[in-house]
Amino acid sequence: MAGITTLSSATFDETVGAAAKPVLVDFWAEWCGPCKMIAPVLDELANEHGDSITFTKLNVDEAPEVARRQGVMSIPTLIVFKGGQPSKRIVGAKSKAALLEDLAEFL
Amino acid sequence: MGEAATARRLLTGTVSRAPHDVVILGSGPAGLTAAIYCARANLAPLVFEGEPSSTGDQPGGQLMITTDVENYPGFPDGIMGPELMAAFRAQAARFGAEFRTEKVVRVDFSEQPYRLWVRGEAGADSAARARAVIVSTGARSLMLGLPAEERLIGRGLSTCATCDGFFFRGREIAVVGGGDSAMEEALFLTKFATKVTVIHRRDQLRASKIMQDRAFASDRIEFLWNHVVTDIVGAEAVEGVQVRHTETGAERILPLAGVFIAIGHQPNTDLFQGLLGMKPNGYLVTEPGSTRTNVPGVFACGDAQDDVYRQAVTAAGSGCMAAIDAERWLEAQHDSGHG
Repeated sequence: MAGITTLSSATFDETVGAAAKPVLVDFWAEWCGPCKMIAPVLDELANEHGDSITFTKLNVDEAPEVARRQGVMSIPTLIVFKGGQPSKRIVGAKSKAALLEDLAEFL
Repeated sequence: MGEAATARRLLTGTVSRAPHDVVILGSGPAGLTAAIYCARANLAPLVFEGEPSSTGDQPGGQLMITTDVENYPGFPDGIMGPELMAAFRAQAARFGAEFRTEKVVRVDFSEQPYRLWVRGEAGADSAARARAVIVSTGARSLMLGLPAEERLIGRGLSTCATCDGFFFRGREIAVVGGGDSAMEEALFLTKFATKVTVIHRRDQLRASKIMQDRAFASDRIEFLWNHVVTDIVGAEAVEGVQVRHTETGAERILPLAGVFIAIGHQPNTDLFQGLLGMKPNGYLVTEPGSTRTNVPGVFACGDAQDDVYRQAVTAAGSGCMAAIDAERWLEAQHDSGHG
């Protein structure tokens, strides 16, 4: 199935800007416990809803300037981009049900 | 629901399962220790371990957002909180504890077997039935209760220093509080921030001597005594905090990029309101020297019932007590023919 695309500072703008579909970016890091906790949930969502939303992730350790540019000051932060513009921001780990509620407008 | 539908549900297993002997709510040190003991007593416990969150109210509990744990016996060099909880969980799983990564949102203790519901199912059939219930739902960090908090959470206002410290490299920030968790956060944050101001409403700390000594020794930590935070300032992100002197009432704004709140905890006992005996502060009441609540077969352990010690090791100890209390209660039920 669709899976999750790993972004870098080099591919972020292109991936987010050019997409026809909404793009969800998971800002995460290795040292963030709650990020690890929702990783399998995002995997499931990507498999189930990959045709509505492109699921991606960005390691803030590797791309701190992208995180700064997007005003990310807490992780996990999920931002959904539509037409290159941030359309929805979800801060903090949540259950699958709560995430599905938050993402309903894009599904 | 018609008979056919009921039969179908029975076949698919949604309501057909016999009641569990023990269901455990929560998976911090208390819940997982209870799970280890119940599993080893062949009670096949079901653990509702909670759901993902960026607060301490998550699977594994408050240690999941803690870094070094230096006071848990058996680890002379300390251990990371998440690593310790992963080990607890693996130990419970090894003896057959069953886990569901869900949060119980409603319970019915009015008749045996007791019934429990998880999010999304709260109106329909119960998610589980249990003869004995162990409540180990823990506690979560208190917030200041300011309107600005909701707007600025994740935008410079944080409940998780280990998650968010990284974003304050080279910035000036504040930690609000004067206890051990406040000192731990302040010390952790000195790895990133150039200056950490500890804002405390008294003129001395509540923290343990060793944590006080470390905090006082750090040249990046400053103390603002006798001040309370009255507002958090900033439109898109935190730009500062407004503080008030507790004696003079004088107010001023400290420019800051981040605020970490560590002013204490509240128990996760909302769903037991009116069902289990609790103190005015929400902590569950247990019979002295036991984990028995006022409802037979319902036992409470860990921070949900402890507003005094609140340590990982005391939580684990009370989790063990709850498992033994539950086991003996189940035996007594069985002996008296009501099992």
